[in-house]
Amino acid sequence: MAERIETQQPTIRLQMQGVSKRFGATIALEDVSIEVAAGGVLALVGENGAGKSTLMKVCSGAIKPDAGQMWLDGKPFRPNNPLEARRAGVAMIYQELSLTPHMSVQENIMLGMEPSKLGVVLWKQVRQRAIEAIKEFDNPELTPDARVSRLSVGSQQLVEIARALAIGCNVLVLDEPTSSLTQQDVERLFEIIKRLQKQGKAIVYISHFIEEVKRVADRVTVLRDGRVVGSPQDGQAHNDVAAISSDEIVSLMVGRQVEELYPRSERHAGEVVLEIEDLAGPENPKFASLTLRRGEVLGIAGLVGAGRTEFLRCLFGLEQVKKGRIKLGVYTGPASPHRRWMQGAGLLSEDRKEEGLALSLSVADNVTLSRLKGFGPLGLVMPGRQDKATRQWLEALDIRCRGPRQSVLSLSGGNQQKVALARLLQHDVDILLLDEPTRGIDVAAKALVYKLINALATGSPDEGRQPKAVLMVSSYLPELMGVCDRVAVMCRGRLGPTYRIDEVNEHELMLEATGK
Amino acid sequence: MQNKLKTFNWLGLLNTLSPVIALFVVFELFVLIAPSSFATARNMETIARQTTIVGIAALGMTMVIISGGIDLSVGSIVALSTVVIAWLLQYAGAGPLTAALGGVAAAAFFGLLSGVLITRLRVVPFIVTLGMMLVVRGAAKGIGREQKIDVDPARLRWLDELLASLPAERSWMLLPPGVWMMIILAIAMAALLRYTRLGRHTFAIGSNEQTARLCGVAVERVKVLVYTLCGAFGGLAGLMQFSRLTVGDPTVAVGLELNVIAAVVIGGGSLNGGEGSILGTLVGALIMTVIASGCTQRGYPNWVQEIITGAIIVIAVAFDRLRHRRTA
Repeated sequence: MAERIETQQPTIRLQMQGVSKRFGATIALEDVSIEVAAGGVLALVGENGAGKSTLMKVCSGAIKPDAGQMWLDGKPFRPNNPLEARRAGVAMIYQELSLTPHMSVQENIMLGMEPSKLGVVLWKQVRQRAIEAIKEFDNPELTPDARVSRLSVGSQQLVEIARALAIGCNVLVLDEPTSSLTQQDVERLFEIIKRLQKQGKAIVYISHFIEEVKRVADRVTVLRDGRVVGSPQDGQAHNDVAAISSDEIVSLMVGRQVEELYPRSERHAGEVVLEIEDLAGPENPKFASLTLRRGEVLGIAGLVGAGRTEFLRCLFGLEQVKKGRIKLGVYTGPASPHRRWMQGAGLLSEDRKEEGLALSLSVADNVTLSRLKGFGPLGLVMPGRQDKATRQWLEALDIRCRGPRQSVLSLSGGNQQKVALARLLQHDVDILLLDEPTRGIDVAAKALVYKLINALATGSPDEGRQPKAVLMVSSYLPELMGVCDRVAVMCRGRLGPTYRIDEVNEHELMLEATGK
Repeated sequence: MQNKLKTFNWLGLLNTLSPVIALFVVFELFVLIAPSSFATARNMETIARQTTIVGIAALGMTMVIISGGIDLSVGSIVALSTVVIAWLLQYAGAGPLTAALGGVAAAAFFGLLSGVLITRLRVVPFIVTLGMMLVVRGAAKGIGREQKIDVDPARLRWLDELLASLPAERSWMLLPPGVWMMIILAIAMAALLRYTRLGRHTFAIGSNEQTARLCGVAVERVKVLVYTLCGAFGGLAGLMQFSRLTVGDPTVAVGLELNVIAAVVIGGGSLNGGEGSILGTLVGALIMTVIASGCTQRGYPNWVQEIITGAIIVIAVAFDRLRHRRTA
């Protein structure tokens, strides 16, 4: 690739050294150093929460580091915000597209930097510059006048890249760029990355997919728990892709000891409570079959965007079931959330702010929302009785708040999550569908959630509490290994076979999840 | 901890009462500047009577706004209700109670229609009820053949007494029956919002519709009910309007929906949903009447009243936001 870059040696375009960042008590990044050369592609890999996105937010100006320095083309680089970083030449192409769907391609590309005279936009120039930016991609769908909302996701992504190129960015950060692309679009994107390389751009490529990393990148850096981890042989942090195997990369990603964070009582699998055959949703899942028994915790591993959340949502009636058979207890067929609750199933949403909780309402309202029966005569809802029912969970789950009437908005993430969980307990469901139950909560709260899941699956015959069935989605493998009895992997919408937890290890699961 | 709990409750009480305090302040202001007749019992009764139409319609609107929606058809529904009542009395030979119920039923039907369209077509409430505003107005004009429907005074019976000043022999009632009706309905609505599943589900939908759906709330059904109720309250407001005019007038109450929405918003309702209270709404409606009444008695022209009312709406909401930022 280097032959076309004029005469000089490939220069280091972006360099970050000793970058550290803390959020409260959690260390997001510690002493991280990376560098990307002109014409180079650096892959940044790691599990969710390893610090990849935080690192890239630092270099794109969205987050200020606590310590560390950056250089861009040899000059010190200290962006105060994403706009400054872009102007300096570093652009981040986010996972969630940040386009205005109602406007045309050319307007999107030039948004915020339209050439103008006395406030009047010079459309000719807009068009010209937009055409220049997109002609490189050679994609018939991309015309200056096309409405962005009509484009495929892949083409929309190209519009974002074109926008970055139009302002002359030399460093492009692609964050999980293929997670929502079709195979064809992925190929096209790889082509374009090659071309950008030849033009001497520097690219940071964040991905979960090892096979993509092997194809696209020439160097790879693995992050784990906010630190760069060196390769096992030479301790080198910036590995040559050609010299490191997929297995080695995976080992670096997961190489962590499972602590005794996960209590595991003796569980007895009882009758089948959930049977799914060939389930397919509108997009994801494409194919999913499993059986779940009472007294069992079944984990679903996989990468973000693999379709695990959609799978649970299909089950729970929040998304359409296109195909397949669901049998939940004695009930067959798809059902609305309203029915699912009545049938004894409850879903914990992965997104507690947008969906899981009504933030402006009180703790008591949130805990009791799914069943407002039995709180007063004649179907009335007496706040006093709601509060009484809620207090019991405040104590049992150690939810820190001023009382049942406090609004959920002012609670910490861990306490909010406990409120969301308390709803399932208050409803006393038999089947718990948990989507990322420990996302974004601290270790103490996590430990409590694990303990709770164990207690639910074990049951307590002495107190007359039957064991429950738990179906749990998580992106955090150690957690699944610690909590579950069985585990299955979903990859690109397809759910694989279930394994007993003692039959597999993290490494194998990670390989399956990354599509190896 | 005990101490904390106490201060928290105080704040909460202050929050609920703040619209009442605002009402008090506005009222006292006019007592100071308006002629001495302002603070008399008679004038207060007048204010209460003048608030009733907007106040009753606003009870339903409060629920709609709490659910995160809006209903622009209320003014037209009031007009329709007067026309239907007059038509039933004059041409169908209905008794006063049947006629009144007929008016309310017609109004509720159009509320139901709005609700069904909003949930089935998935068009935002603003658009659906904007359309419904014209549809209902048209229907009212059609029933009245583009004219007022006059009713024989003999057929009215008690229908013209709902908002009239009390005659001496019934002064034990303190307030006209229409005003009492508003008060009773307000208490019932406040209880419905606070103590029933429908009420709690309405708050949940307004606060976060996705959460409500996740928790198995029948979101569509609740919304249809909410708009139906709002229509019915519009119909009751129409009954009051009819009682005052004693004719069915298809051109009455144009723009009334904006006063109704203003009442809810002044009372702390948020157009984003999830917030609002019946007490606040009534106070909001009263504040607007107090301003109107005070300005009239002070001899201010109409345009001054309008400017003041407009300013009050913006100030009230701005204060509300400020208070929210403090407590959040």
